[in-house]
Amino acid sequence: MRLERVIAVVLTILALSAISSLALITAFIFKEGLPIIFRVGLREFVLSSDWYPGEGQFGIFPFIVGSLAVTAGAMVIGVVFGLGCAVLLTQFCPPAAVGIIKPSIELLAGIPSVVYGFIGVVILVPLIRDYLGGPGLSVLASSIVLGIMVLPTVTSISVDALQAVPRTYREGSIALGATEWQTTHRVVLKAARSGIVAAVILGMGRAVGETMAVIMVAGNTLELPHSILDPVRTLTSNIALEMGYAAGDHRRALFATGVVLFVIIMILNSIALAVSRQRSRRVQAR
Amino acid sequence: MKWMLVAYVAIVGLVVLSIVWGGHRQEAVDVVGSTSIEPFAEMLAQEFSRRHPECPVDVQGGGSTAGLQAAANGIADIGMCSRALKKEEAEVFTAVTIARDGLAIVVHPTNPIEDLTRDQIKSIFTGQVQNWKEVGGDDREVRLISREEGSGTREAFMKMVMGNARVSRRALTQESNGAVKELVKHDPSAVGYMSLGLVGGELKALRVGGAAATAEDVRDGKYPLVRPFLFVTKGPPSERAKAFIDCVLSPEAQQMLETEGLVGAK
Repeated sequence: MRLERVIAVVLTILALSAISSLALITAFIFKEGLPIIFRVGLREFVLSSDWYPGEGQFGIFPFIVGSLAVTAGAMVIGVVFGLGCAVLLTQFCPPAAVGIIKPSIELLAGIPSVVYGFIGVVILVPLIRDYLGGPGLSVLASSIVLGIMVLPTVTSISVDALQAVPRTYREGSIALGATEWQTTHRVVLKAARSGIVAAVILGMGRAVGETMAVIMVAGNTLELPHSILDPVRTLTSNIALEMGYAAGDHRRALFATGVVLFVIIMILNSIALAVSRQRSRRVQAR
Repeated sequence: MKWMLVAYVAIVGLVVLSIVWGGHRQEAVDVVGSTSIEPFAEMLAQEFSRRHPECPVDVQGGGSTAGLQAAANGIADIGMCSRALKKEEAEVFTAVTIARDGLAIVVHPTNPIEDLTRDQIKSIFTGQVQNWKEVGGDDREVRLISREEGSGTREAFMKMVMGNARVSRRALTQESNGAVKELVKHDPSAVGYMSLGLVGGELKALRVGGAAATAEDVRDGKYPLVRPFLFVTKGPPSERAKAFIDCVLSPEAQQMLETEGLVGAK
């Protein structure tokens, strides 16, 4: 009995240490980052486009736009393919094929991001440069690479959501004379909507936070992108590119970039949480 | 239940022990800094450990500024810096020039441009010149490739070419000599700057003001864009660090650097 209590205490300490490390990281980022945001002014920091750390000018507007543009592009690609895949796997595919396709998509999650970046630089970037113009390193290239990287997240969570739709919905709809496709997009997809939204938002979180692959294919300019063929710098790549060298205010400004990123990711995660909570409430009501 | 607890305690104990032991194990010379010097330093480190197997050398990249910081904090025995020290840095650090390196302006091999003046290079990188035909080349957009803020190569380039001017906002930013090389190699309209020692045969290094970007012209003092490769220490170097620096300055090691495309320290 005493042994069990000891183990319980040990486990509690371990669990708390995981949470406290999160709290420490949060506190540290804000402690390092907030002062410079206040000194420069929140407006100036977030809305100015002049990032010249050597001259004391810290404006991250182009990087915020860059992060959002790249993420939006990645979501277009990730959602179209991921959701399409999930629908195919749950509604139209023989079980034997599901057994092959689903694990292979999930395997994508295990490939390190440098490898995605490398393939992007070696194959995708020259293709874009030669056929579409521009430098190749671009919003488009990063969106495609990130879109493929979020595929496993979007697909597997959407599959779960679609499988959670009761069989009776589907059978009822078919019995009423609806075709399979009508059933799928009017009944099943509607019923699984909140789960699919959660999948999209989780994928988005991954896309916003990805760094290595993006540094390699985005081009990292300071300029605001005007088309999807223009290069961009994202918040994460700004931090990773300059962290090794930065000192003083420059370093603090990079932490402040982290604060902004943190806030963006928190917003996305709270939306995801709210949506999935709404879903579980509905399931209970049923 | 009991054996699990024992196993758990044993594992935690081992981890703690290894951390404590790791902290005491200090015989390696830590060399940290510029990614331009890193490949050469690794070569020298191999040479050094052939001569002194008892004293390994750990070489890490991270950038010139990071190297200086590491040397200042005592994390590294030697910091590698690929630019001249700034005034306030020169007061803190002891620097030894281990070699000199040309800064090459590189373009795609099919680019017909052969020779640019320093002013032309400057107006290309400020974004004033946007088309290669303005400096006598093909009718093709200029694509600038620069390095990230804090890179020694970038700072050397800024100091020797740009003066107080800023690099165009449109410039692509890459985080290593290798990435710059990879881009320029495949893009006929690109222009970048990188360590002469790392150019290799796939890029064209332009002549600057008539002087060729070759080790000979750097040695003769004709090629204008030359920077020192420094090993810096905080105060006088420790005994281990001194041994490594002496090895690097020995005639054999200098000869090795010369065959790799650098120019010796003296």
